Amino acid sequence: MALATKNIFNLFAKGLKFNPIAASSSVKFAHTSSEHIPEGRTKCTLIPGDGVGPELVYSVQEVFKAANVPVDFEMFFLSEVHHAISAPLEDVANSIKKNGICLKGILATPDYSHTGELQTLNMKLRRVLDLYANVVHVKSLPGIKCRHQNIDTVVIREQTEGEYSALEHESVKGVVECLKIITAAKSQRIAKFAFDYATRNNRKKVTAVHKANIMKLGDGLFLKSCQEMAKLYPKIEFEAMIVDNCTMQLVSRPQQFDVMVTPNLYGNIIDNTFSGIVGGAGVVAGASYSPECVVFEPGARHTFSEAVGKNVANPTAMLLCSAKMLHHVNLGYYGTMIRNAVNSVLQEGKIKTKDLGGQSTTNEFTYAIINNLR
Amino acid sequence: MATRILRRVFSTPARCYSSQPIKCTLIPGDGIGPEISAAVQKIFAAAQAMFCGALQVPVEWESVDVTPVRGPDGKFTIPQGAIDSMNKNKVGLKGPLMTPVGKGHRSLNLALRKELNLYANVRPARSLVGYETPYNDVDIVTVRENTEGEYSGIEHEIVDGVVQSIKLITEEASSRVAEFAFKYAKENGRKKVTAVHKANIMRMSDGLFLRCCREAAEKFPEVQFEERYLDTVCLNMVQDPTKYDVLVMPNLYGDILSDMCAGLIGGLGLTPSGNIGLKGALFESVHGTAPDIAGKDLANPTALLLSACMMLRYLEMNRHADIIEKACLSTISEGTYRTGDLGGKSKCSEFTNEICRKVQSS
Repeated sequence: MALATKNIFNLFAKGLKFNPIAASSSVKFAHTSSEHIPEGRTKCTLIPGDGVGPELVYSVQEVFKAANVPVDFEMFFLSEVHHAISAPLEDVANSIKKNGICLKGILATPDYSHTGELQTLNMKLRRVLDLYANVVHVKSLPGIKCRHQNIDTVVIREQTEGEYSALEHESVKGVVECLKIITAAKSQRIAKFAFDYATRNNRKKVTAVHKANIMKLGDGLFLKSCQEMAKLYPKIEFEAMIVDNCTMQLVSRPQQFDVMVTPNLYGNIIDNTFSGIVGGAGVVAGASYSPECVVFEPGARHTFSEAVGKNVANPTAMLLCSAKMLHHVNLGYYGTMIRNAVNSVLQEGKIKTKDLGGQSTTNEFTYAIINNLR
Repeated sequence: MATRILRRVFSTPARCYSSQPIKCTLIPGDGIGPEISAAVQKIFAAAQAMFCGALQVPVEWESVDVTPVRGPDGKFTIPQGAIDSMNKNKVGLKGPLMTPVGKGHRSLNLALRKELNLYANVRPARSLVGYETPYNDVDIVTVRENTEGEYSGIEHEIVDGVVQSIKLITEEASSRVAEFAFKYAKENGRKKVTAVHKANIMRMSDGLFLRCCREAAEKFPEVQFEERYLDTVCLNMVQDPTKYDVLVMPNLYGDILSDMCAGLIGGLGLTPSGNIGLKGALFESVHGTAPDIAGKDLANPTALLLSACMMLRYLEMNRHADIIEKACLSTISEGTYRTGDLGGKSKCSEFTNEICRKVQSS
C-alpha cells in the first residue's frame, strides 16, 4: 500500500506526464485499485473536431458531469475546414504537452487546403507532438449484431511517415510523384511499441502487415525491422502477412488476429475495415501515443458531417475514448463506471442510435448512459 | 440494359457465324493449372458440340508452355513463343503460375503486361447462390489501374535506413482506366461507378486520379458517378456491400479492395479476373497453384472457368458466356457436385462433367 501511495504521489507530482512505459504501469495500477477514488482534479485538452464531433463531445461532458468526474476540460476549436475560426495549432499543441492527455473528435481533411499546403492539420498535429503510435482496440461489443462475433484485436499503426509524407510534386504536366518514406528508426520504434504492448497486455501474437513483395525496399525495411524486433521477444509469436491477403482474411476470419502492426496507410485500411466489422465508426475507440502524451480519439476517422445537427450520431466511440482516458490518468473508477454503463445500455438494446439499427437520438442515448451510471 | 441487348443481337452473330474460329492462347500454368485448364477446355468443347451446325466452333485454343528458358544473356526468361502467340492472338487465358524463385528473372505477368500494355485489371465479385458466407449480397466489379501507382517499382535508399518509394500517377494512365471503367459499366448494364481515392491525404497524386475520373464521368452521363475515400469504402464494404457497384481506383487500393471483395464471397477460388490492354487481353485465375492437391483431381476450376466466360464476353460471344456461366453457377448452387473447397466431396472431373451435361441440355 505504501508503494501504491507513493506511486500515486509520483504520478501527480509529474503533472501526469508519463512515458508509455510508466503509463502502462499506471493503467494496470488503475485496474487493481478501481475501488479507490482519488482526490484532486485533472486537466484534459479537448478538441471537439468537425462534423458531429461537438455533439459527441457534449455527450461526454454531460456524462462526466453526471458522474462527477474530477476532470476539467481545456477546450480548443481546431479545424482545417473552418480555418478562419480555428485555434492556432501551437496553442493546442502546448496545451496537450502541458496536460499530457487530450480527448479529440475527428478533424475533417479537405482535398484542397486554403493555403495550398500538402500537409493536413491532422498530420501537423501528429508531427508536432510526435504521436507515432495509433492504437485501436477492436472488440465485439455486447448487443451489437454483426456478421462476425468474438473479435478482440489491437491494431497498431505507425502514423508519422509512410504514405502520409505530404511530399508530392508534378515532374512534368500530368505526371505526379508521391513519396512514401519508410525509415529504419521509425519502423523499429513502432515494432518495439507493438511487442511491448503485446507483452504488457498478455497478448500471444503480433502480425506485421506489409507489401514487401512489391515494395521491396520500403515495406521490406518495415518488415525487416519487425522481424528483428520479434527476435527480442521470443515469448510472442510473430507472423507477417501481405496486405491484400490480410484484408481478405479480415472479412472471412477476423478472429485469427491478435495484435497487428502496420505502416501508415495499411493501418488506416485495417482500422476502418475492422471498425466496419464490429459495428461501424461510431463504436470503436482509439488512442495515439507519443513518448510524452496521449490523444484519445475514435478509431475510425469519420466526421459523419451529413448528420450534423440531426441528433442521430452514436457517442459510444467517444465515451469509450473518455473511459480509456480516465484509466490512463488513474481515474479508473470513473472509467470503469462509464464503460459499464455503455455496455449495459448496448446489452439491453432498447436505446439504439440509427447506425445500430435503432431510432434513438444522441441525447436519449446519453441519458440512458447517465441512468446506468453506478 | 437495352444497349446490352441490342449489342448482343447485332454483334454476337457476326462473330459466331463467321467460319473463322477465334484463336486464344492458353497458358495452363503450374500445380493445379493443367487440371483446371483441361476442365475449361472440356466444358468449352461441350458447348461447341452443342452449337455445332448452327454455329461454327467459336474458340480454338493454342496451348503454350511458359517454363522459363535461359536466354542468350544468361538470364532466365519466358520463351519467345509464348509472347509471340499472345501477340498474334491478342487474347489469352492463363492458369495459376508458380512464383519464380531467384533473381534476374522477368516474371511472365510483367512481361505480358508490358507486351500487351495491360492497363486495367477487372475483377467481378458476385455472391454465389448456395455457397454461404457472412455476406450474401455482394455484386461488385473492381477496376484497378495496373501499370503505375504504388507499384511503379521506383525505390531507393537515400541514406542508410531511409527509403523512398515513389508512387507515380500520370494523367494518361488515370484517364485511360477511368474511361475504361465507365465503358465497362455502360456495356455491362451497371448503374454506378465509384472512384476510390485518398485525395485528402495525397492531394496531388490522388487528386490527379480523381480529376481524371471526373472528366471521364462527364463523357458518360448515363452512368452515375460518386467519389469515396478509401477508408470509407473499407468501412462500408464490410457493413453493406450493396452500396457499391463498379469501383475504379489506383493500383494499390485496387489490389487491396479486389482481394477484400473476393474474401466477401468466399475467396480467390471463385473470382474471375481479366486484364485489359491496348493490344489485347489476358484472362486469368488469380488463386495459387495449390501444389498440395495438384494432380489429385480435387481442384475447383470455377475461377478459371468464369475468367474464360469473361473472355467470351470480351470477344462478344455473350450467349456462349451466359450458358456456360449459368451451368457453372447452378452446379454450385445445387450442391450435389461441389469440390472440397466449397464443402463438397466431388472430384474436379465430376464437377466438370456435371457442367458439361448442363451446358448440353440447356
